[in-house]
Amino acid sequence: MKLRENYENTKWGRFVRFVNGGEMAEDNFRLTGEQLLDAGLKPSQKGQEAQHVDLYHKKRERSKQDHSHMMEQYENWSKTKGLKIFGSIYRIISMCICLLVILVLLLTVANMPKFGAADAPANSNEVAGRYIEKGQEETGAVNIVTGMILDYRAFDTLGESHVLFIAACTVLILLRIDHRKDGSLVHAELAVEEDDRKLEPKNDKILQKAAFFLVPVILIFGIYVILNGHISPGGGFSGGAIIGAGLILYLNAFGFQKTERFFTYRTFSVVSLCSLLFYSGAKCYSFFCGANHLESGIPLGNAGDIISSGLILPLNICVGCVVACTMYSFYAIFRKGGI
Amino acid sequence: MMQWIRFVVGALFILAGLTVSCMAVFGTYRFKFVLNRMHAAAMNDTLAILFVILGLILMNGFNFTSLKLFFIICFFWMASPVASHLLARLEVTIDEEQVRRECEVDDDVDL
Repeated sequence: MKLRENYENTKWGRFVRFVNGGEMAEDNFRLTGEQLLDAGLKPSQKGQEAQHVDLYHKKRERSKQDHSHMMEQYENWSKTKGLKIFGSIYRIISMCICLLVILVLLLTVANMPKFGAADAPANSNEVAGRYIEKGQEETGAVNIVTGMILDYRAFDTLGESHVLFIAACTVLILLRIDHRKDGSLVHAELAVEEDDRKLEPKNDKILQKAAFFLVPVILIFGIYVILNGHISPGGGFSGGAIIGAGLILYLNAFGFQKTERFFTYRTFSVVSLCSLLFYSGAKCYSFFCGANHLESGIPLGNAGDIISSGLILPLNICVGCVVACTMYSFYAIFRKGGI
Repeated sequence: MMQWIRFVVGALFILAGLTVSCMAVFGTYRFKFVLNRMHAAAMNDTLAILFVILGLILMNGFNFTSLKLFFIICFFWMASPVASHLLARLEVTIDEEQVRRECEVDDDVDL
């Protein structure tokens, strides 16, 4: 018994008790005869089982107390002394890490080649050189970036637009409020939430006036950015984001009744699917027939014209449609649980 | 000579814009009340942007790019006050008591 007490009071014993949540791991359920004797019982006594249970409960009680005491100590430690120690260590370590990162970044910058140097790795790269030298001739796009992402690397952009579409679908799966065919809700408790989400803000005259002037301008600017994607900086992603922002502004100013006249769930699915299908089809065609020294049959036109550079313009429009639909539908799903 | 004057005036405009911007950032972090902070942040979107872009227009001369920059000013001056208005509206909706207390609005005035 003495040994056991010694063991319980050593650091290791306390650690074991801590790990087990304040009680010793062994002998919790089976009490030996010795322990029963300790507790003033004789093993041969009648009602041994009842005593057993009683003792067990006692022990549980004690261990619970131990546990709560330990937790209390633990919480207080973090509030007083521990917090101070932890705070100072945290500050020192974070300073060190910060300085280290700054040092590494500065060293990296110091070791980089000069801007525009001919022997820089980025400039001696064959792929980048080809994009710059032959990009306009091969893709017909004045804007090299668009020529790159929609012609040389169109497969990558196809994946990106699909990622957007899948994200919209996932959000729809997670947040949509389901209706039965007759219009009633599947879960009754959703009614409150739907009511809450449909709550329109007060008709704000200032916002409506501003939106009245801004929305057409924003939409036209977005269309301009998409259509000029192969001539000037911009393209499907940025233009689509601008159009989506314009639609969201319109929705905020005038409410769902106005937007549902031209943008419903059906519009979303039809526009997104058609764009993605057209993109996939067009790219499949050019993967088969559009490689170097093969004739794809699509004229590149005059570089710099709106209608030029082959498939890039239609693909830009597709990407823009998908991005705009995704942005708007995200907002609508979060607002009212459906498009 | 003309070019130098244009450069100096443009640089002064940009410096003024940066000053306003710095003050706006300072105010955004230091003010306690929401509407004060909103006001400071709105300064950044209107006055600072106006100064900086006017400076850029002066330095650039008058061509198509300057027209685009001018449209940016127009857009910001239309959009930013509306955004601030909506923020203030929201603050009134969610914490009317504090707005009444801080702005010393009488009880009989409807917000």
